[in-house]
Amino acid sequence: MNGAHDMGGVHGFGPVVPEVDEPIFHGEWEMRVLAMVLACGAGGRWNIDMSRFARENRPPAEYLSLSYYEVWLAGLERLIAERGKPDRVLRAEEVPAVLARGGPADREPIREAAFAVGDRVVTKNINPVGHTRLPRYARGKVGVIERVHGFHVFPDVNATGAGEDPQWLYAVAFTGEELWGPDGDPRSTVCIDAFEPYLDAVR
Amino acid sequence: MTHSDLSDVQVRVRALESALVAGGHVDPAALDALVETYETQVGPHLGARVVARAWLDEAYRERLLGGATAAIAELGIRGRQGEHMVALENTPTVHNLVVCTLCSCYPWSVLGLPPVWYKSAPYRSRAVSDPRGVLADFGVTLGSEVSVRVWDSTAEVRYLVVPMRPAGTDGWDEARLASLVTRDAMIGVGVPSGAQTPSRPGSRL
Repeated sequence: MNGAHDMGGVHGFGPVVPEVDEPIFHGEWEMRVLAMVLACGAGGRWNIDMSRFARENRPPAEYLSLSYYEVWLAGLERLIAERGKPDRVLRAEEVPAVLARGGPADREPIREAAFAVGDRVVTKNINPVGHTRLPRYARGKVGVIERVHGFHVFPDVNATGAGEDPQWLYAVAFTGEELWGPDGDPRSTVCIDAFEPYLDAVR
Repeated sequence: MTHSDLSDVQVRVRALESALVAGGHVDPAALDALVETYETQVGPHLGARVVARAWLDEAYRERLLGGATAAIAELGIRGRQGEHMVALENTPTVHNLVVCTLCSCYPWSVLGLPPVWYKSAPYRSRAVSDPRGVLADFGVTLGSEVSVRVWDSTAEVRYLVVPMRPAGTDGWDEARLASLVTRDAMIGVGVPSGAQTPSRPGSRL
């Protein structure tokens, strides 16, 4: 979706202001939100792509008015309202193993990759109302395949509950000028991780 | 806050946790264990070990750059938000910078939880369009000979920057080297502490 979360290239937010000696959490409630998001996420009623969509899918003014853990809380409240409370309970003794295992997104490839390192590609100009991981600033742009990461769960489909639909995933490099025109830094490049359905070949 | 000692958000968090615990949907001890993990166990000291090892051991450096997930796991470091790692090496002519413009993707397994600025609108908006300006916000100035490579973490791959080893550290052991490696240097917005002097001729980082 074209939401406020898709921030690349937006002007007006001002300078980055790092906090000196920043604590890991700003208040106990942030700890509880993080822990509930992780514990409920292990509960099996939703996946990480549904979580991301639940966070980003809100009016821009609301998204921008919330702190990051407030966004996480709002997302968790919505996931529970829409999909229910977890019925598989993460036990304390399982935590180390569950965190160590994580949630690998790679799957056994079932077809050949369409692109190889060095290939020129153009990103599609898509504007789905659902979840996507192709940022607006990188749509309709010509880039070069930098890395082939593997065959990964496709968030655009996984977020809908229609299955993992794994796809080849690439790092695609764009020049500053391609992304930003004459305002771009000619000595910088930006790489995004792009799924094969986002890409067309440039002949 | 007005009459209550608790803010609205604190009230919502307590209500949600109470409901989840009362219904048997979460184990409160598991919540405590999750918090404790990220408060006390997982943090940038882990990434610093990886970088220091790469500085000391050429064969390890090559394994790290060729397959970071496995190389990092050699040190017993693995886990959530580090399932698919890529290491990016800074050189005298290439500086790497990591961002997630769409949310807050960050290599938890080696750096812990992200700082607020990493998740903030100023960083997410400008890192891709004005990376040198963002670096200036952190007091980092790159020479004109250095190209900036920005990595926008738009999938489940997580990036770790391997900064250049500072000059004057010959003969240092791994723990001492690791003490120089800051979190910000491994995101690409900083340099190793004590690295003000050029590490190699012609570079400012």
